[in-house]
Amino acid sequence: MISRQAGGEGPRDLEHATVPPDGRPLAEQPKWRRDFPIDWALDDYVSRRELVKFVVLTSAALTAGQFWIVLKNAFNRRPPPLAGAPIATVDELSVGGAKTFTYPAGSTPRLLVRTGATAFVAYDQQCTHLQCPVVPAVAQRRLHCPCHDGWFDLETGRPVAGPPQRALPRVLVEVRDGMVYATGVEDSAS
Amino acid sequence: MPALDTLEFFIDAGRCIGCQACIQACTECDTHKGHSMIQLDYVDRAHSTQTAPVVCLHCDSPTCAEVCPADAIKRTEDGIVQTARKPRCIACNNCVLACPFGVPKMQTRMNLMMKCDMCYDRTSVGLKPWCASACPSQALAYGTREEMARLRPHAKPVNTFQFGMQTIHTRVNVMVPRDAPTEIVDVTAAMHEPTIGHDILDDVFMGMPDGGDA
Repeated sequence: MISRQAGGEGPRDLEHATVPPDGRPLAEQPKWRRDFPIDWALDDYVSRRELVKFVVLTSAALTAGQFWIVLKNAFNRRPPPLAGAPIATVDELSVGGAKTFTYPAGSTPRLLVRTGATAFVAYDQQCTHLQCPVVPAVAQRRLHCPCHDGWFDLETGRPVAGPPQRALPRVLVEVRDGMVYATGVEDSAS
Repeated sequence: MPALDTLEFFIDAGRCIGCQACIQACTECDTHKGHSMIQLDYVDRAHSTQTAPVVCLHCDSPTCAEVCPADAIKRTEDGIVQTARKPRCIACNNCVLACPFGVPKMQTRMNLMMKCDMCYDRTSVGLKPWCASACPSQALAYGTREEMARLRPHAKPVNTFQFGMQTIHTRVNVMVPRDAPTEIVDVTAAMHEPTIGHDILDDVFMGMPDGGDA
Protein backbone atom coordinates (compact mmCIF):
# COMPACT_ATOMS: atom_id res chain seq x y z
CA MET A 1 0.00 0.00 0.00
CA ILE A 2 2.28 2.74 1.20
CA SER A 3 5.29 1.01 -0.24
CA ARG A 4 5.26 3.34 -3.21
CA GLN A 5 6.04 6.24 -0.86
CA ALA A 6 9.09 4.51 0.42
CA GLY A 7 10.78 5.03 -2.92
CA GLY A 8 12.46 1.64 -3.06
CA GLU A 9 13.88 1.77 0.44
CA GLY A 10 12.70 -1.76 1.10
CA PRO A 11 9.66 -2.91 2.99
CA ARG A 12 8.15 -0.33 5.30
CA ASP A 13 7.56 -0.88 8.97
CA LEU A 14 3.79 -0.94 8.89
CA GLU A 15 3.45 -0.26 12.59
CA HIS A 16 5.38 2.98 12.19
CA ALA A 17 3.60 4.00 9.01
CA THR A 18 2.46 7.44 10.10
CA VAL A 19 4.68 10.28 8.94
CA PRO A 20 5.06 13.39 11.12
CA PRO A 21 4.15 16.62 9.29
CA ASP A 22 7.75 17.79 9.01
CA GLY A 23 8.77 14.45 7.52
CA ARG A 24 11.79 13.93 9.77
CA PRO A 25 12.40 10.45 11.24
CA LEU A 26 10.88 9.47 14.56
CA ALA A 27 14.21 9.66 16.37
CA GLU A 28 14.39 13.41 15.68
CA GLN A 29 10.83 14.02 16.82
CA PRO A 30 9.90 15.43 20.23
CA LYS A 31 9.21 12.90 22.96
CA TRP A 32 5.47 13.53 23.07
CA ARG A 33 5.18 12.12 19.58
CA ARG A 34 6.53 8.79 20.84
CA ASP A 35 4.34 8.99 23.94
CA PHE A 36 1.18 9.65 21.95
CA PRO A 37 1.67 7.82 18.66
CA ILE A 38 -0.94 8.06 15.94
CA ASP A 39 -0.27 4.48 14.91
CA TRP A 40 -2.81 2.18 16.52
CA ALA A 41 -0.30 -0.60 17.09
CA LEU A 42 2.03 1.60 19.13
CA ASP A 43 -0.70 3.09 21.28
CA ASP A 44 -0.68 1.51 24.72
CA TYR A 45 -1.90 4.50 26.67
CA VAL A 46 -4.81 3.93 29.05
CA SER A 47 -6.78 7.13 29.23
CA ARG A 48 -8.17 8.50 32.45
CA ARG A 49 -11.66 7.87 31.14
CA GLU A 50 -10.97 4.23 30.40
CA LEU A 51 -9.44 3.75 33.84
CA VAL A 52 -12.31 5.53 35.61
CA LYS A 53 -14.82 3.50 33.64
CA PHE A 54 -13.09 0.26 34.59
CA VAL A 55 -12.82 1.22 38.27
CA VAL A 56 -16.44 2.39 38.51
CA LEU A 57 -17.88 -0.66 36.76
CA THR A 58 -15.75 -3.07 38.79
CA SER A 59 -16.74 -1.38 42.06
CA ALA A 60 -20.39 -1.41 41.02
CA ALA A 61 -20.17 -5.12 40.22
CA LEU A 62 -18.57 -5.84 43.61
CA THR A 63 -21.23 -3.80 45.43
CA ALA A 64 -24.02 -5.50 43.53
CA GLY A 65 -22.44 -8.84 44.36
CA GLN A 66 -22.45 -8.03 48.07
CA PHE A 67 -26.15 -7.11 47.94
CA TRP A 68 -26.85 -10.26 45.99
CA ILE A 69 -25.18 -12.38 48.67
CA VAL A 70 -27.20 -10.60 51.38
CA LEU A 71 -30.47 -11.15 49.53
CA LYS A 72 -29.60 -14.74 48.75
CA ASN A 73 -28.96 -15.42 52.43
CA ALA A 74 -32.12 -13.59 53.46
CA PHE A 75 -34.29 -15.76 51.24
CA ASN A 76 -32.46 -19.01 51.84
CA ARG A 77 -34.34 -21.55 53.92
CA ARG A 78 -32.29 -22.56 56.90
CA PRO A 79 -32.19 -26.29 57.68
CA PRO A 80 -34.49 -27.21 60.57
CA PRO A 81 -32.74 -27.67 63.95
CA LEU A 82 -31.53 -31.18 64.55
CA ALA A 83 -33.53 -33.43 66.80
CA GLY A 84 -31.68 -34.72 69.85
CA ALA A 85 -30.43 -38.27 69.77
CA PRO A 86 -29.07 -40.57 72.48
CA ILE A 87 -25.45 -41.44 71.81
CA ALA A 88 -24.26 -43.19 74.95
CA THR A 89 -25.10 -44.02 78.53
CA VAL A 90 -23.19 -42.32 81.33
CA ASP A 91 -22.04 -45.65 82.72
CA GLU A 92 -20.72 -46.78 79.40
CA LEU A 93 -17.66 -44.53 79.67
CA SER A 94 -15.28 -44.18 82.59
CA VAL A 95 -13.84 -40.69 83.29
CA GLY A 96 -11.27 -40.10 80.56
CA GLY A 97 -12.93 -42.65 78.30
CA ALA A 98 -14.07 -41.94 74.77
CA LYS A 99 -16.21 -43.37 72.02
CA THR A 100 -17.08 -42.48 68.45
CA PHE A 101 -20.59 -41.97 67.19
CA THR A 102 -22.41 -40.40 64.28
CA TYR A 103 -24.82 -37.54 64.67
CA PRO A 104 -26.95 -36.90 62.75
CA ALA A 105 -27.04 -40.38 61.31
CA GLY A 106 -24.66 -40.75 58.38
CA SER A 107 -22.41 -37.89 59.47
CA THR A 108 -18.65 -38.07 59.66
CA PRO A 109 -17.42 -39.79 62.85
CA ARG A 110 -17.77 -37.72 66.03
CA LEU A 111 -15.79 -38.22 69.22
CA LEU A 112 -17.40 -38.23 72.68
CA VAL A 113 -15.05 -37.81 75.67
CA ARG A 114 -15.98 -38.05 79.33
CA THR A 115 -13.92 -35.36 81.04
CA GLY A 116 -15.41 -35.55 84.54
CA ALA A 117 -18.08 -37.19 86.63
CA THR A 118 -20.90 -35.49 84.73
CA ALA A 119 -18.88 -33.58 82.14
CA PHE A 120 -18.94 -34.74 78.53
CA VAL A 121 -17.58 -33.06 75.42
CA ALA A 122 -18.01 -34.11 71.82
CA TYR A 123 -16.33 -32.96 68.65
CA ASP A 124 -16.12 -33.87 65.02
CA GLN A 125 -13.31 -36.39 64.77
CA GLN A 126 -11.81 -34.99 61.61
CA CYS A 127 -8.80 -32.79 62.19
CA THR A 128 -9.39 -29.39 60.59
CA HIS A 129 -6.00 -29.59 58.95
CA LEU A 130 -6.26 -32.61 56.62
CA GLN A 131 -9.15 -34.67 58.03
CA CYS A 132 -7.12 -37.23 59.95
CA PRO A 133 -9.07 -38.65 62.93
CA VAL A 134 -8.09 -37.03 66.20
CA VAL A 135 -7.54 -39.10 69.35
CA PRO A 136 -8.15 -37.93 72.90
CA ALA A 137 -5.19 -37.19 75.19
CA VAL A 138 -7.24 -36.59 78.30
CA ALA A 139 -4.26 -36.52 80.67
CA GLN A 140 -2.98 -33.42 78.87
CA ARG A 141 -6.56 -32.03 78.51
CA ARG A 142 -6.04 -32.07 74.75
CA LEU A 143 -6.99 -33.86 71.57
CA HIS A 144 -4.16 -35.07 69.41
CA CYS A 145 -3.94 -35.51 65.68
CA PRO A 146 -1.05 -37.91 65.03
CA CYS A 147 -0.75 -37.21 61.31
CA HIS A 148 1.01 -33.86 61.64
CA ASP A 149 1.20 -33.53 65.41
CA GLY A 150 -1.72 -31.16 65.74
CA TRP A 151 -3.19 -30.41 69.15
CA PHE A 152 -6.63 -29.16 70.16
CA ASP A 153 -7.90 -27.98 73.51
CA LEU A 154 -10.18 -30.60 75.04
CA GLU A 155 -12.59 -28.10 76.62
CA THR A 156 -13.12 -25.78 73.65
CA GLY A 157 -11.86 -27.63 70.57
CA ARG A 158 -9.58 -24.74 69.62
CA PRO A 159 -6.24 -25.53 67.99
CA VAL A 160 -3.31 -25.00 70.36
CA ALA A 161 -0.34 -26.44 68.48
CA GLY A 162 0.63 -27.86 65.12
CA PRO A 163 -0.76 -27.12 61.68
CA PRO A 164 -4.54 -26.87 62.32
CA GLN A 165 -5.90 -23.34 62.22
CA ARG A 166 -9.60 -23.87 62.90
CA ALA A 167 -11.40 -25.33 65.90
CA LEU A 168 -13.03 -28.75 65.68
CA PRO A 169 -16.80 -28.51 65.08
CA ARG A 170 -18.39 -29.04 68.44
CA VAL A 171 -21.31 -31.39 69.05
CA LEU A 172 -23.57 -30.11 71.83
CA VAL A 173 -24.29 -32.80 74.39
CA GLU A 174 -26.69 -33.01 77.27
CA VAL A 175 -26.79 -35.52 80.12
CA ARG A 176 -30.30 -36.56 81.23
CA ASP A 177 -31.35 -39.54 83.33
CA GLY A 178 -28.10 -41.42 82.88
CA MET A 179 -28.13 -40.93 79.11
CA VAL A 180 -25.95 -38.68 76.96
CA TYR A 181 -27.85 -36.94 74.18
CA ALA A 182 -26.45 -35.04 71.25
CA THR A 183 -28.60 -31.95 70.70
CA GLY A 184 -26.89 -30.01 67.93
CA VAL A 185 -23.71 -29.27 66.00
CA GLU A 186 -21.87 -25.96 66.17
CA ASP A 187 -20.15 -24.77 63.05
CA SER A 188 -16.42 -24.67 63.28
CA ALA A 189 -15.50 -21.17 64.28
CA SER A 190 -12.01 -20.03 63.61
CA MET B 1 -7.19 -8.44 9.92
CA PRO B 2 -5.94 -5.41 8.04
CA ALA B 3 -7.32 -4.20 4.74
CA LEU B 4 -5.50 -5.58 1.72
CA ASP B 5 -2.59 -3.51 0.45
CA THR B 6 -3.26 -4.35 -3.17
CA LEU B 7 -6.78 -2.96 -3.19
CA GLU B 8 -6.99 0.80 -3.39
CA PHE B 9 -9.67 3.43 -3.44
CA PHE B 10 -10.06 5.76 -6.44
CA ILE B 11 -12.16 8.91 -6.55
CA ASP B 12 -13.05 10.27 -9.97
CA ALA B 13 -15.22 13.34 -9.44
CA GLY B 14 -15.65 13.70 -13.20
CA ARG B 15 -17.73 10.53 -13.27
CA CYS B 16 -20.02 11.58 -10.43
CA ILE B 17 -23.65 11.96 -11.45
CA GLY B 18 -24.89 13.19 -8.08
CA CYS B 19 -27.28 10.29 -7.52
CA GLN B 20 -26.46 10.09 -3.80
CA ALA B 21 -26.33 6.31 -3.90
CA CYS B 22 -23.04 6.48 -2.01
CA ILE B 23 -24.66 8.51 0.76
CA GLN B 24 -27.45 5.97 1.13
CA ALA B 25 -25.00 3.07 0.99
CA CYS B 26 -22.71 4.70 3.53
CA THR B 27 -25.61 4.86 5.97
CA GLU B 28 -25.73 1.07 5.85
CA CYS B 29 -22.15 0.63 6.98
CA ASP B 30 -22.03 -1.28 10.23
CA THR B 31 -19.25 0.81 11.74
CA HIS B 32 -21.45 3.93 11.72
CA LYS B 33 -24.94 2.63 11.05
CA GLY B 34 -27.44 5.36 10.28
CA HIS B 35 -24.87 8.09 9.70
CA SER B 36 -23.48 8.88 6.31
CA MET B 37 -19.82 9.85 6.28
CA ILE B 38 -19.76 10.91 2.65
CA GLN B 39 -19.86 14.50 1.62
CA LEU B 40 -21.34 15.15 -1.81
CA ASP B 41 -20.31 18.65 -2.85
CA TYR B 42 -21.93 20.70 -5.57
CA VAL B 43 -19.00 22.21 -7.41
CA ASP B 44 -20.95 25.26 -8.55
CA ARG B 45 -24.59 24.77 -7.93
CA ALA B 46 -25.80 27.94 -9.69
CA HIS B 47 -24.29 27.00 -13.01
CA SER B 48 -23.78 23.27 -13.04
CA THR B 49 -25.18 20.01 -11.82
CA GLN B 50 -21.68 18.70 -11.30
CA THR B 51 -21.11 17.09 -7.94
CA ALA B 52 -17.99 15.71 -6.29
CA PRO B 53 -18.00 12.98 -3.66
CA VAL B 54 -15.51 13.22 -0.81
CA VAL B 55 -14.53 10.26 1.33
CA CYS B 56 -11.63 10.21 3.75
CA LEU B 57 -8.34 10.18 1.85
CA HIS B 58 -6.49 8.51 4.75
CA CYS B 59 -3.37 10.68 4.86
CA ASP B 60 -0.01 9.28 5.89
CA SER B 61 0.26 12.30 8.17
CA PRO B 62 -3.33 12.73 9.29
CA THR B 63 -3.94 16.34 10.29
CA CYS B 64 -7.07 15.33 12.21
CA ALA B 65 -4.94 13.12 14.46
CA GLU B 66 -2.20 15.74 14.70
CA VAL B 67 -4.58 18.32 16.14
CA CYS B 68 -6.46 15.92 18.41
CA PRO B 69 -5.82 17.04 22.01
CA ALA B 70 -7.27 13.81 23.43
CA ASP B 71 -5.11 11.36 21.46
CA ALA B 72 -8.32 9.81 20.16
CA ILE B 73 -7.71 9.47 16.42
CA LYS B 74 -5.60 6.48 15.47
CA ARG B 75 -4.32 5.01 12.25
CA THR B 76 -4.20 1.26 11.84
CA GLU B 77 -1.24 -0.45 10.28
CA ASP B 78 -2.96 -0.68 6.89
CA GLY B 79 -2.98 3.11 6.71
CA ILE B 80 -6.64 3.64 7.51
CA VAL B 81 -7.43 6.51 9.83
CA GLN B 82 -10.18 5.31 12.14
CA THR B 83 -13.10 7.05 13.77
CA ALA B 84 -12.17 8.70 17.06
CA ARG B 85 -11.98 6.25 19.91
CA LYS B 86 -15.08 6.69 21.98
CA PRO B 87 -13.51 6.60 25.45
CA ARG B 88 -11.10 9.36 24.50
CA CYS B 89 -12.95 11.70 22.16
CA ILE B 90 -13.94 14.91 23.92
CA ALA B 91 -15.96 16.27 20.98
CA CYS B 92 -13.81 19.38 20.75
CA ASN B 93 -14.27 19.70 16.99
CA ASN B 94 -10.56 20.38 16.33
CA CYS B 95 -10.35 17.61 13.75
CA VAL B 96 -13.46 18.84 11.96
CA LEU B 97 -11.91 22.28 11.57
CA ALA B 98 -8.43 21.02 10.75
CA CYS B 99 -9.08 18.42 8.07
CA PRO B 100 -8.33 20.02 4.70
CA PHE B 101 -10.77 17.68 2.99
CA GLY B 102 -13.66 18.28 5.40
CA VAL B 103 -14.02 14.63 6.29
CA PRO B 104 -14.53 14.26 10.07
CA LYS B 105 -18.09 14.70 11.24
CA MET B 106 -19.02 15.63 14.77
CA GLN B 107 -21.90 13.62 16.17
CA THR B 108 -22.95 16.00 18.91
CA ARG B 109 -25.60 13.61 20.22
CA MET B 110 -22.93 11.04 20.88
CA ASN B 111 -20.13 13.49 21.68
CA LEU B 112 -18.06 11.59 19.19
CA MET B 113 -16.24 12.41 16.00
CA MET B 114 -17.05 9.88 13.31
CA LYS B 115 -15.35 9.71 9.98
CA CYS B 116 -15.09 7.56 6.91
CA ASP B 117 -13.02 4.50 7.85
CA MET B 118 -13.25 2.98 4.39
CA CYS B 119 -15.90 0.60 5.76
CA TYR B 120 -13.32 -1.13 7.91
CA ASP B 121 -15.68 -3.99 8.70
CA ARG B 122 -15.85 -4.74 4.97
CA THR B 123 -12.42 -3.84 3.61
CA SER B 124 -10.69 -5.74 6.40
CA VAL B 125 -12.29 -8.93 5.13
CA GLY B 126 -11.60 -8.17 1.47
CA LEU B 127 -14.95 -6.65 0.48
CA LYS B 128 -15.41 -3.32 -1.25
CA PRO B 129 -16.53 -0.33 0.79
CA TRP B 130 -20.28 0.26 0.56
CA CYS B 131 -20.00 3.47 -1.47
CA ALA B 132 -17.74 1.87 -4.08
CA SER B 133 -20.10 -1.09 -4.27
CA ALA B 134 -23.11 1.15 -4.81
CA CYS B 135 -21.72 3.87 -7.09
CA PRO B 136 -23.36 3.30 -10.50
CA SER B 137 -20.82 5.39 -12.46
CA GLN B 138 -17.84 4.16 -10.40
CA ALA B 139 -16.82 7.68 -9.47
CA LEU B 140 -15.98 5.92 -6.25
CA ALA B 141 -14.10 2.78 -7.20
CA TYR B 142 -12.20 0.17 -5.22
CA GLY B 143 -9.83 -2.24 -6.86
CA THR B 144 -6.27 -2.89 -7.89
CA ARG B 145 -4.09 -0.32 -9.61
CA GLU B 146 -3.78 -2.55 -12.69
CA GLU B 147 -7.51 -2.96 -12.94
CA MET B 148 -7.94 0.78 -12.79
CA ALA B 149 -5.29 1.41 -15.47
CA ARG B 150 -7.06 -1.07 -17.75
CA LEU B 151 -10.56 0.32 -17.14
CA ARG B 152 -9.62 4.02 -17.22
CA PRO B 153 -7.12 4.47 -20.04
CA HIS B 154 -7.50 8.22 -20.03
CA ALA B 155 -6.99 8.82 -16.33
CA LYS B 156 -4.22 8.33 -13.84
CA PRO B 157 -4.30 8.19 -10.07
CA VAL B 158 -2.68 10.92 -7.97
CA ASN B 159 -2.26 10.65 -4.24
CA THR B 160 0.05 13.52 -3.36
CA PHE B 161 -1.30 16.80 -2.12
CA GLN B 162 0.52 19.99 -1.29
CA PHE B 163 -0.71 22.29 1.46
CA GLY B 164 1.71 25.19 1.59
CA MET B 165 4.90 23.67 2.96
CA GLN B 166 3.37 20.33 3.82
CA THR B 167 3.20 17.41 1.42
CA ILE B 168 0.65 14.75 2.17
CA HIS B 169 0.43 11.29 0.66
CA THR B 170 -2.92 9.64 0.87
CA ARG B 171 -4.02 6.05 0.72
CA VAL B 172 -6.98 7.05 -1.44
CA ASN B 173 -6.24 8.16 -4.99
CA VAL B 174 -7.82 10.95 -7.00
CA MET B 175 -8.12 10.41 -10.75
CA VAL B 176 -6.78 13.14 -13.03
CA PRO B 177 -6.48 13.18 -16.84
CA ARG B 178 -3.60 10.93 -17.92
CA ASP B 179 -1.97 13.58 -20.08
CA ALA B 180 -2.17 16.25 -17.37
CA PRO B 181 1.24 17.30 -16.06
CA THR B 182 -0.12 17.05 -12.53
CA GLU B 183 1.73 14.83 -10.12
CA ILE B 184 0.86 16.83 -7.05
CA VAL B 185 -2.42 18.55 -6.27
CA ASP B 186 -1.40 21.92 -4.84
CA VAL B 187 -4.45 22.85 -2.83
CA THR B 188 -3.42 26.16 -1.34
CA ALA B 189 -2.25 27.50 -4.69
CA ALA B 190 -5.75 27.03 -6.04
CA MET B 191 -7.32 29.01 -3.21
CA HIS B 192 -6.60 32.34 -4.90
CA GLU B 193 -7.94 31.29 -8.25
CA PRO B 194 -11.41 32.47 -9.18
CA THR B 195 -14.00 29.81 -8.52
CA ILE B 196 -15.32 28.11 -11.63
CA GLY B 197 -18.40 29.85 -12.98
CA HIS B 198 -18.40 32.60 -10.39
CA ASP B 199 -18.51 36.19 -11.58
CA ILE B 200 -17.19 37.46 -8.29
CA LEU B 201 -13.81 36.51 -6.90
CA ASP B 202 -14.66 35.46 -3.38
CA ASP B 203 -11.10 35.77 -2.12
CA VAL B 204 -11.48 37.06 1.40
CA PHE B 205 -7.95 38.46 1.37
CA MET B 206 -8.46 40.47 -1.82
CA GLY B 207 -8.02 44.21 -1.50
CA MET B 208 -6.19 43.97 1.81
CA PRO B 209 -2.60 45.12 1.84
CA ASP B 210 -0.04 42.38 2.57
CA GLY B 211 -2.56 39.64 2.31
CA GLY B 212 -4.73 40.84 5.15
CA ASP B 213 -2.18 41.48 7.87
CA ALA B 214 -3.38 45.05 8.45
